[in-house]
Amino acid sequence: MYFSVENLSVSYGNIRALHDISFNVNEGEIVCIIGANGAGKSTTLRAISRLVPAHEGSKMVFQGKDLLKLPPDKVVTELGISHVPEGRRLFGNLTVKENLTLASFARTDDDAIQRDLDRVFTIFPRLKERMNQKSGTLSGGEQQMLAVGRALISARKFMLLDEPSMGLAPLLMADVFDALQEINDEGTTILLVEQNARLALQFAQRGYVLENGNMVLEGSSKELLDNPEVKKAYLGG
Amino acid sequence: MDVFLQQLMNALQWGSFYALIAIGYSMVYGVLMLFNFAHGDIFMVGAYIGFFVSSGLLALNLGSVIGLSTGVELGLVLVLTLIISMLLNSIVGMGVERIGYRPLREAPRASAAITGLMIGIILETANLALLGPQRRSFPELIPTTTITIAGASVTNKKILIVIVSLVLALLVHQFVQRTKWGMAMRAMAYDYVVVPLMGISSDRIALMTFAIGSALAAAAGILFGIAYPVLDPNMGILFGWKAFVAAILGGRGSILGAALAGFLLGFIEIFVTMIFPSTMRNLIAFGIILIILTFRPHGFFGEPFSAQLRL
Repeated sequence: MYFSVENLSVSYGNIRALHDISFNVNEGEIVCIIGANGAGKSTTLRAISRLVPAHEGSKMVFQGKDLLKLPPDKVVTELGISHVPEGRRLFGNLTVKENLTLASFARTDDDAIQRDLDRVFTIFPRLKERMNQKSGTLSGGEQQMLAVGRALISARKFMLLDEPSMGLAPLLMADVFDALQEINDEGTTILLVEQNARLALQFAQRGYVLENGNMVLEGSSKELLDNPEVKKAYLGG
Repeated sequence: MDVFLQQLMNALQWGSFYALIAIGYSMVYGVLMLFNFAHGDIFMVGAYIGFFVSSGLLALNLGSVIGLSTGVELGLVLVLTLIISMLLNSIVGMGVERIGYRPLREAPRASAAITGLMIGIILETANLALLGPQRRSFPELIPTTTITIAGASVTNKKILIVIVSLVLALLVHQFVQRTKWGMAMRAMAYDYVVVPLMGISSDRIALMTFAIGSALAAAAGILFGIAYPVLDPNMGILFGWKAFVAAILGGRGSILGAALAGFLLGFIEIFVTMIFPSTMRNLIAFGIILIILTFRPHGFFGEPFSAQLRL
């Protein structure tokens, strides 16, 4: 198994955000987790990135390695898992170039970094034009491109994407998802969480449904798109 | 005019101490959103480390051992004292971060502030307990000579102190602006939560920030010892508070701002005493700063930070 999560539980103080959820991702796949606001989607990704602690008894294994033994920076550098966080969270006081350079902080393979940078600029030519601009001054679409580009440079085996469609106009959204498809075609496995369930299920091969911190459904995207409950709750009838 | 120039040099020298201490305050505040109230006492510890290192080096008698003239020997001792003490004090600073602050990373900010005050008191009283209450006199590393510039007499010590302070401030500024470590510090100042997602250990950046600030505080302590060669365990308290004020006045995380505000505070204090009785020095100095902050609440050059600092 490429990546598996078993009985993952997370709490914020006394509030339980995730109740023993289990799911898995195969190498090369695009998998999505859909659910309403507050269902625990972002918490799931944060737990994988080790930004929030998991309960005793939770299990997360990536390519045979126990993820819960690593601090957050090592999840990126040792396992190759990158994370595009909710709301993008760019360093607005740094330029586009600096944001991208920072993502390669722990890497020493200079030639490969340059190749990855070139690839980011091929996928998102707009970023090259904006190189020396402070990232805080970019438009919403450009910020999302930079957030994805930055993640690609930090690590490229497995990418966690938190609501990439948020705040984007439909046309830009299509651009961003085309780019994500290209990234997946080149070998990056993707785990995506989205409120926009239709978009996510059209993009992913498989999906999970998260409700109040519980995994309630799973299936191929087609099955979920045809499921009457999913239709009713997440696809607008 | 000559009196003015002379006082200008005094102000620059006095401001140098504030500037070097304020930079450390400002960096920690910028990168970790934390007021390290122990920083004045880290300056005190730096001065004492400088005292022991320089006394030790002088006792080695390098001059006669490897055949150096007294002037060269003293110069060598000064440079070595600065380097060794800055390194040792950076270890002290990293220890304070590791033991005092890291366990409180997610705690309310007030707890961290109280921790700083307590660490400060511990450093003061530990000094008192270990070394006794008597004051120490810093060894004379530079024999004083007086130079006359444009009718004003200035000592070589003052010139050296101001130059060393400016060079250190600019070096740290360049480090933060130009290196990838500095870039990581600026990123952390903006949004510390997502820094680990870039594959960067935020604990290491925190340690580095404390190390640099403490190294500068040690330099300030040694330069202070050269100018006013009397050290006592409480010397860091008032300096710490004033440097804290300068750090806030400079703007969060801004190194040049902190240095500028440190020098400004030095100027105000020295020139106030030219005109008013010296008992009014702090009253007027802090009054002026209060007025400046009313009009520039973020200080001179505050670094921006993200509105969403939590997860």
